[in-house]
Amino acid sequence: MPPRKLAPGFADTRGMPIARRLYWGRWLAAALIVVLIFLLLRAFAQGQIEWAVVAQFFTAPAILKGIVNTVIMAVLAMTLGIILGVIVAVMRLSSNPVLVSVAAGYTWLFRGTPLILQLLLWFNIALVFPVIGFPGIWSGRAVDVMTPFVAALLGLALNQGAYTSEVIRAGIISVDEGQHDAARAIGMSKIHALRRIVLPQAMKVVLPPLGNEFISMIKTTSLASVIQYPEVLHSAENIYYANSRVIELLFVAGLWYLIVVSILTPLQMLLERRFSRGTARRTK
Amino acid sequence: MTKPMVAFRNVDKTFGSYKALDAVSLDVMPGEVLCLIGASGSGKTTLLRSVNQLHPIDEGAIWLDGELLGKRQEGQHLHLLTDREIARQRLATGMVFQRFNLFPHMTALENITEGPVQVQRRRAAEVRDEAMALLERVGLSDKAGNFPSELSGGQQQRVAIARALAMKPKLMLFDEPTSALDPELVGEVLSVMKGLASSGMTMMVVTHELGFAREVADTVVYMDAGRIVEYGPPDQVLSHPREERTKAFISKVIA
Repeated sequence: MPPRKLAPGFADTRGMPIARRLYWGRWLAAALIVVLIFLLLRAFAQGQIEWAVVAQFFTAPAILKGIVNTVIMAVLAMTLGIILGVIVAVMRLSSNPVLVSVAAGYTWLFRGTPLILQLLLWFNIALVFPVIGFPGIWSGRAVDVMTPFVAALLGLALNQGAYTSEVIRAGIISVDEGQHDAARAIGMSKIHALRRIVLPQAMKVVLPPLGNEFISMIKTTSLASVIQYPEVLHSAENIYYANSRVIELLFVAGLWYLIVVSILTPLQMLLERRFSRGTARRTK
Repeated sequence: MTKPMVAFRNVDKTFGSYKALDAVSLDVMPGEVLCLIGASGSGKTTLLRSVNQLHPIDEGAIWLDGELLGKRQEGQHLHLLTDREIARQRLATGMVFQRFNLFPHMTALENITEGPVQVQRRRAAEVRDEAMALLERVGLSDKAGNFPSELSGGQQQRVAIARALAMKPKLMLFDEPTSALDPELVGEVLSVMKGLASSGMTMMVVTHELGFAREVADTVVYMDAGRIVEYGPPDQVLSHPREERTKAFISKVIA
């Protein structure tokens, strides 16, 4: 073959270095933000806050007990919420009209009323049913059974279940229909296919919003302070009622919330990585 | 006379107002390779999927190896089987899909062992050896640890065939197994299917590969508008079709 004749005037650019680009906008914005943060910190440092008090109460036993209670409540409520959410999502997608209606009704009821109202209702359930239990097996006075812990857990978990069910449902729908066909073709029952094939793939879609919900739950437990559950904000309030150091104790609680949330974020990344098995695009 | 592996009798299926299968009756004998051809919407995929009950049929009946599918006759009444009973009946068939449908969160090997271990509750070590032998058979023993996303289309489809074979089915169903493949990858999948046919497997294959049908099929069925229009050995149906519709379809596919 004779050499091809190429048109003249198009230079060979191999080996030419690529010039560094200066991002003026980024540098300027970063500098502005640093200045703003400095000003803000200085304002708070010079404001009427006793930082020594913040430090003193940061590790006070009541506060530490409070943050432990916060985490316990958030973990338990979220776990129950996820279990409920999966069950309700599967009910919602079943072909049984009774299950579909029950699931839809549950979601409607618990998403439709404010959480704080639900917590107050559970806590005061003794006004409606003075004695609760299973007839013939066990029963007790509602005021004894419905402790702040039980009322908060019930309220938070049932409310969370309603929201989580929608997140799980979205995840299940996002899995390709062919996956379901393939699972059925190797003889899996509907439930088996859901557990082994569909849900593990749905996890990839479900985890980022669930992480969001869990972080939100950590902070939502503070609502349980209205029914006397001794979580960290409740402890902080009790202390400032006694010593009037309102801002200092709110700072203490705030710092603890930030610490817990900061620990959770990398945990979410680890989980996401675990469930992105087999996909090219993993979270970095 | 030997009994058919699959017997369809007056099978009807409608999707809304659209009649996908219209009183279809057909026998597939043990060891037979039957190719279903026809335009899209002619009912051939619906017929295939009715055998493993991914589409329940409206009327008529299908028997697989002598067992009535999806229903149980008691006196003068038919009772629908439960989800679990239907799942058990599906074990007799292996299915290969147009879009492979491998499980993306499992390696090639795990895709193959999933059914035998999780559904048939067989011992993992024994299943693993069989799965490796199957991978060898489809020419992919070096890809056991790879995820589907790391395999080409042709490789994925060969893993899918191995996955179906791992259940030791009596009948293999192929739903346009090469339609989603790049042209240069079609050959490797067809050659695996040829090997399977010559090993005596009963196969129903929905395909547009008339060359494959001519070479491998014992019987070719041409469908149109939910009915079987032409039935016979490949030479007769593909080279000397009786019906005008069949002639027109074949000349379009070849052109």
